[in-house]
Amino acid sequence: MTDYLTLSLLLFTIGAAGVLIRRNAIVVFMCIELMLNATNLAFVTFSRQHGTLDGQVAAFFVMVVAAAEVVVGLAIIVSIYRTRRTTSVDDASLLKL
Amino acid sequence: MLDYTWLLVAIPLLSGLGLLVWGKESDAFGHLIGTAASAASFVVGAGAFIQLLTRPESERSFTKPLFTWISAGPFHVEMGYTFDQLSGLFVLLITGVGTLIHIYSIGYMAGDARRRRFFAYLNIFIAAMLTLVLATDYVVLFLGWEGVGLASYLLIGFWQHKDSAAQAATKAFVLNRVGDLGMALAIMTMFAHFGTTVVSDVNLSASMASTAVATALGLFLLLAACGKSAQVPLQAWLLDAMEGPTPVSALIHAATMVTAGVYLVVRSNGVFDASQTARTAVVIVGVVTLLVGAWIGCAKDDIKKALAGSTMSQIGYMMLAAGLGPVGYAFAIFHLLTHGFFKANLFLGAGSVMHAMDDDVDMRHYGALRTALPVTFVTFAFGYLAIIGVPPFAGFWSKDRIIEAAFGQSWWAGLGALIGAGITAFYMTRLMAMTFFSQQRWLDGVHPHESPRVMTWPLIALAGLSAFGGALAIGGWITDWLAPAVGEAVEHDLPVPAWAISIVVLAVVALGVALGFRRYEAQPVDADALTDREVSFFTRAGRHELYGNAFNDAVAVRPMRHTVRTLVYVDGAGLDAFVTGFADRLGDLANSLRRQQTGFVRSYALSMVVGAFVVLLSLLAVTFA
Amino acid sequence: MNAFWILAPIMVLAALGLVLCRKAVHSALCLAVVMLGLAVLYAAQGAPFLFAVQVIVYTGAIMMLFLFVLMLVGVETADSLHETIRGQRAVSLVVTLLFGIVAIVGVAQAVTGAVSGFGNQPNVLGLAALLFGPYVLAFELTSALLITAALAAMVLAHRDRLSIRPTQAWLSQQRMRDFADTGKHPGNPPTPGVFARHNAVDTPALLPDGSPLEESISSTLIARGQGGSRTDAVRLEEDE
Repeated sequence: MTDYLTLSLLLFTIGAAGVLIRRNAIVVFMCIELMLNATNLAFVTFSRQHGTLDGQVAAFFVMVVAAAEVVVGLAIIVSIYRTRRTTSVDDASLLKL
Repeated sequence: MLDYTWLLVAIPLLSGLGLLVWGKESDAFGHLIGTAASAASFVVGAGAFIQLLTRPESERSFTKPLFTWISAGPFHVEMGYTFDQLSGLFVLLITGVGTLIHIYSIGYMAGDARRRRFFAYLNIFIAAMLTLVLATDYVVLFLGWEGVGLASYLLIGFWQHKDSAAQAATKAFVLNRVGDLGMALAIMTMFAHFGTTVVSDVNLSASMASTAVATALGLFLLLAACGKSAQVPLQAWLLDAMEGPTPVSALIHAATMVTAGVYLVVRSNGVFDASQTARTAVVIVGVVTLLVGAWIGCAKDDIKKALAGSTMSQIGYMMLAAGLGPVGYAFAIFHLLTHGFFKANLFLGAGSVMHAMDDDVDMRHYGALRTALPVTFVTFAFGYLAIIGVPPFAGFWSKDRIIEAAFGQSWWAGLGALIGAGITAFYMTRLMAMTFFSQQRWLDGVHPHESPRVMTWPLIALAGLSAFGGALAIGGWITDWLAPAVGEAVEHDLPVPAWAISIVVLAVVALGVALGFRRYEAQPVDADALTDREVSFFTRAGRHELYGNAFNDAVAVRPMRHTVRTLVYVDGAGLDAFVTGFADRLGDLANSLRRQQTGFVRSYALSMVVGAFVVLLSLLAVTFA
Repeated sequence: MNAFWILAPIMVLAALGLVLCRKAVHSALCLAVVMLGLAVLYAAQGAPFLFAVQVIVYTGAIMMLFLFVLMLVGVETADSLHETIRGQRAVSLVVTLLFGIVAIVGVAQAVTGAVSGFGNQPNVLGLAALLFGPYVLAFELTSALLITAALAAMVLAHRDRLSIRPTQAWLSQQRMRDFADTGKHPGNPPTPGVFARHNAVDTPALLPDGSPLEESISSTLIARGQGGSRTDAVRLEEDE
C-alpha cells in the first residue's frame, strides 16, 4: 500500500517539476497529464484499501474530465501556434504590469 | 449742538462710504459732496465748540453715550463721545484744516480719474480721526486709531499703479502695526488692573495704582504713539509716505494723523503723571526724534521729504513737551495746533510748486520761483517764518514755550531743543532758498504758472492762521482753556529768566538762517546732486535717513524673512515630505509588489507549488501535532 | 507484488525521461510508457475496468491526440536548455524536492491497517451500480462536459477563410498569369529522373542537353542536402 502511494507521489512530484521547468507548452501539458495519472493511481490504491469502489469511480471521472481538458487545451495551443508561431509558454506573457 | 456731536463722525463716514458705493455715476460731483461733508462737520464742530465756550469752566466736559458696543461679562465698552476742551480744539483743527485741504484737493486732483475715490478716502479719514479724538473709551479710541491707519494706507497707496506707492503704504501700515501692539497691550493692562477702559476712569485709577503698572502703561502708550507719530524708533515710514498725493501729506502726515500720538499721551496725562520713568522715556524719544528729523531734513533734495523730516522733528518737540508733565501738556497741544496750520500751509504750498513744475519734487530743478508763483511764495514765506519761530508768527509762541519748559526740566532736553531750533532754521532756509531764490535751474519744457484759485485760497487761509495763530496764547488763554482737561500748568523754575531764553533762541535761529542763506543763496546751487562719496558724512547719513531703514532691515526684516524661509523649508521638506513621502513609500511598495506579476506562467506555477507545499505542511502539522 | 517492483522503476525512469527529454516526441513516448505501466498496476490492484479504460482512452486516444498536435505544431521545435527566468530552475528543484520528501514521508505513511480488497464483488457491475446510482448526476454532467469540449475544440480550431477558395479553373488561370508575369513554368513540375539502375527520387531529371533539372527533385530533399547532382547523372551515363 505504502509503495503504491509512494510511487504515486513520486510521479506527481516529477510531473510538478516538469511543469515548472519545461517551456514547450505541449510537454507542460503532458506533465500535467502525468500528475493526473498519479492521482488516479492513488485513488485506486485507496479504493482497494477501503474495499469500496468509490475510488475507482473517482478515477474514472478524472479520466473523463482529463480527456475533455486535453481536447480543449490542445485546441488552444494549436490556435495560439497558428497566430504566434510559437509554443513556448514564456512567450504568452502579456498579462503583466 | 453738543447733543448732535455724533454727526461729526456720521456725516463724513456716510459720505465716504456712500461715494465708494455710488460708483462712477458720482464721479462728476463726488468731490463736491466730499468737501460739503467735511464742511458740514466743521460747522457742527464749531457749533459745539461755541456752545462749550459759553458754558462755565466746570461744565466743559460733555460726555454722551450712544450705545453699548461690547458687553462681555465684566468687559463693557460704550460707544459714545466726550466733547471737552481738548477734543474740541482737535475737532476744529481736523475739520477746519481738513475742509481747506478738501477744497485744495478739488484743484490738485482735478486731472485724476479716481478723484471721487480720493475724496471718499479723505472723508473716511476725517470720520476715523474724529472718532479717535472724541472717544470716551480707549477701545473706541483704538477703533479710530486703526481707522486712520487704514485711511493712511489707502491714501498713501492711492496711485496704485506705482510700485513705490504700494510699498510705501504697506511699510506705513506694518510699522504702525508695531505701535498698535503697544496700544493693545495698554488696553489689556488697563482692563486687567483697573477693570475699565474708560479714559477718565483710567486716568483716575492710574494715579492710585503702583508705579510699575503706571510705568508699564505709559511705555505701552508711548510705543503706540511712536508708531502713529513717526517717532524714533518707528519713524521709517513717514518719509516713504510722501508717495501719496500732496493733500494727503498735508492733512494726514502733517496736521492730524501723526499728531494722534501726541493726543494719546496728553489724553493719558493721569498715567504719565503717575510714572516718572514713562515721562522720561517720552522726553528722550522727543529729543532724539527732533534732532533726527532735523538732520534728515537738511540732506533731502525732495521737497516733500524735507518737509516730512521737518514734521518728524516738530512732533518731536510736541512729544518733548508732553513728556514734561503738566507743565508741558498745554504747550504740546498749542504747538500741535500751530504746527497743523503752518505745516499744512507748507505742504500745500509745496504741492502748488510741484503743480507748477510738472510734478517734479527735486528742489535741484527749482530756483527763482518767487516771481513765477507770487501767491504761493508769499503764503509759503508765512509758513516758513512760522516754523522757524520768528515773532509774531504762530510758531514762535508755541516753540518758545516748549524750549523754556525743556530747560526747566533738564539742561540736556533744553539744549537739544535749542539746537533743534537752529537746525530747523537752517534747513527751512535751505528749502526756501533752493525753491524760491537762488538761480533758475528749471528743466527744459517747464513753464511754472500760478495755481488756480481753488488751490490758492486755502493757502491764503492757512497763511493767515500761521500768522495769527499765536493769538491763542494771548493771556495764557490756551493753558487756561486746557487746564481742566490736562491738569494745571505748574510754574517751573528756570535757570535763566524766560526772556533770556527767548533771546538765545532767536539768536540761534538767526544763526541758522544766516548759514542757510550763505550756503544756498549766496553760493550757486548745483543742478545735479553730488554723489554719496563726495558729500560729508552728515549729508550722507541724512540722505539715508540715518540708516533707519538699514537698521529695521537688519533687526526685523532679515531675521523675519530668514525665519519664514526656514519655516517654509521645514514645512516643505519636513511635513510635506512626510506626507508625500508616505504616499511615495506606498507607491514604491506597490511598484516592488508589481514586479511579482511577471506574466510568466511558470513563475505563477512555482508560487502555486510553494503554496501547495505550505498547505501540505500545515495539514501534516495539524494532523500530527 | 512483482508486477509492481518491475514496473515501478520503469515508470519512474520514464517519468524522468518525460521531463528531461529534449525532443517533444520523445517525451510523448515516455508518457505513453508511464500510462501503460499504470494500466497494468490498475489491473494488479483489482480494477480491470480501469485497466481497459486507461489503455483505450488515455494511451489510445489522449496520447495519440498529443502526438497529432505535436505533428501539427512542429516536431522540430526543441526546447533550448537555457533557462530564461532567473532562479526558476534552482528554486523549482528545491521546492519540488522538498515537496516530494515531505509528501512521501508524511502522506505515504498515512495508510495503516490491512488491505480490505474487493472480495468476489464483480468489478464492472459494482462500478455500474455506483455510476448510475449515487453518482448519476456527476455522470450526466461529465457527459455534458464532453459534448461541450468537443464543440469547444471545433470552435477554437476553426479558421476563417480569409481568401477565396481557389477552384480548379482559378488555379489554372493563376498559373497562366504567373507564366506571363515571371515566366514560371505553368505545367506540372517535372518528375525526378529515374533510371533503370537508380530507383531514387533524389536523381534529377535531365534536360535535352544533359544538364540536371533542379525543379524535378522535391524541395524538401534539397533543403536537407540530399538532392542529387549532375555529376551523379553524368557518372551514371558514363557507366552505361
